[in-house]
Parts: sequence; C-alpha cells; structure tokens
Amino acid sequence: MAEFDWVSGLAGGVLIGLAATLLLAGSGRIAGISGILGEILSRPRAAGYWRWLFVIGLLLGAFGQQFFSATPVEPRMGYPILLLLFGGLLVGLGTRMGGGCTSGHGVCGMARLAPRSMVATVTFVATAIATVWLVRHGLGGVV
Amino acid sequence: MNGVIALIAGLLFGIGLNLAHMTDPEVVIGFLDVAGQWNPQLVFVLAGALVTAFIGFRLTGQSGQSWFGGALQLPTQRDIDAPLVCGAALFGIGWGLAGYCPGPGIAALTHGAADPAWFMLGMAAGMLGYGLRGHLNAGVK
Repeated sequence: MAEFDWVSGLAGGVLIGLAATLLLAGSGRIAGISGILGEILSRPRAAGYWRWLFVIGLLLGAFGQQFFSATPVEPRMGYPILLLLFGGLLVGLGTRMGGGCTSGHGVCGMARLAPRSMVATVTFVATAIATVWLVRHGLGGVV
Repeated sequence: MNGVIALIAGLLFGIGLNLAHMTDPEVVIGFLDVAGQWNPQLVFVLAGALVTAFIGFRLTGQSGQSWFGGALQLPTQRDIDAPLVCGAALFGIGWGLAGYCPGPGIAALTHGAADPAWFMLGMAAGMLGYGLRGHLNAGVK
C-alpha cells in the first residue's frame, strides 16, 4: 500500500503549477502533455524543438528526483501487460480525441476556468473512478 | 530561449510529478478507488497545481504576451461537443485501467521498470491510431 504524504503531494503540485506558468509566461504555450506527445509522434521533425526539450526535461527531472529522493517511488511489478497496453491505447486515443489530458485540461484548462476543460476533467475523473470500482469491486477484484 | 524555457518547465514538471508520487500508479488508483482504501494524495497535488497555475496564469494573461514566444497561444475551441466528452470518457477508462496518464507515464519510464513502458507503447499506438483517422477520412472523400 502506497503511503499518503500530503506535504510531498502539495509541493509536487506547486512545482507542476510553476512549470505550467513558466511555459505559458516564457513561451506562450500550454503545458498539455498529451498534445506535446501527440505532435512529436505524428510529425517528429515538424513538432518544434521546444516540445522535444520539454519531454527531455520531464525525463531528466523525474530521473533526478527519483535518484536523490529519500522516499523514491517503488516501481510496480507484475501488473497485467494486457491492461497496461489496452489502458494505454484508450489513454492515447481518448486524449487526442478529447484534446487534452490531466495536464492540459485538468491543470491548465481548469486554471483558465475554461468550460471545455471543466467538462473534460469531470468526465475523465468520473469514468476513471467507475472503471476502478468495476475492476476492483464490481467484478470481484480482478486486479 | 524558448528551448531553455521548455527544458526548465519540463524539469520542474518531472520533479513535481515524481515528488508527488503521481508516477506511482498505486497512488493514482488509490485516489480513484473511492470504495476501497481511499488515498487523498491526488487532491493535494491537484490543489497545489491548480492554485499555483491559476495565480500564475492570471499574472501572465494581463499582457497577452510571453517573454520570448510572442503572443500567448491559447486554445480557441469553445464548444462542448461529442469528441470532447467521448475522448475524455475513453481517457478516464484507460487511466483507471492502467493507473497512468500521459505525463506520469513518461516520467515513470525513468524508474527502469517495464510497467510504464508497456503503457507508453499502448498510448503511442492510440495516439498514432487517432492520427490515422484523418488520413482515412481524406481517402474516403
């Protein structure tokens, strides 16, 4: 069972908010990770070098935090590969269709009080909760 | 300069995600599991991010200009349509099944385990698959 640590959660959240603010204030861009990844995947040469650098920064930041942290994240082991592949497929499809994910809609769009992002965020949190309920309780604890 | 900004923003984002343990799918699914042992961690992550971005965006939005990248490039779509709702619904199902959303999925790759790599493989396929839709439509027309 993963431990609950609200101080790290809050501090991490503030850093995410600062990152989004920096990208908007500095470059005029929204820090929507599914959009950034989608552009990189669909047209890697034309995606703009800033998108690549953002992803490189994300990887370096997470790696450094994990490396120096007194309480690093314990990687999950043995989770069904099919669930990861199928879940990933839906995340990729859904975020492109819906124009954003937790960062673009959930943080940036909500912070701009954009109605589209509020609808999207309420929708994906609701279907995520329903899915976890179904998998963990409704179907008798499949995972 | 825009490259430096993007790199630093990415760094901060990655540190924040891992510090908040958003890269731990157990924490994420624990938050979504309202009928089980509910883990409220994500509430604090989202609150911290939202309040900070809300204030930051307000300060930024006053001029309408960025420091190095010209005018702010904000989304222009306003309508709440079927792709928005359906897309968000599908994303939520996938998020609940895997325990990763796109940012934490990338960030967790640095932990050296296979788990997030499988997720990212599926996600890349989904993104590319959705991109193909345009080509298919163009072919039909």
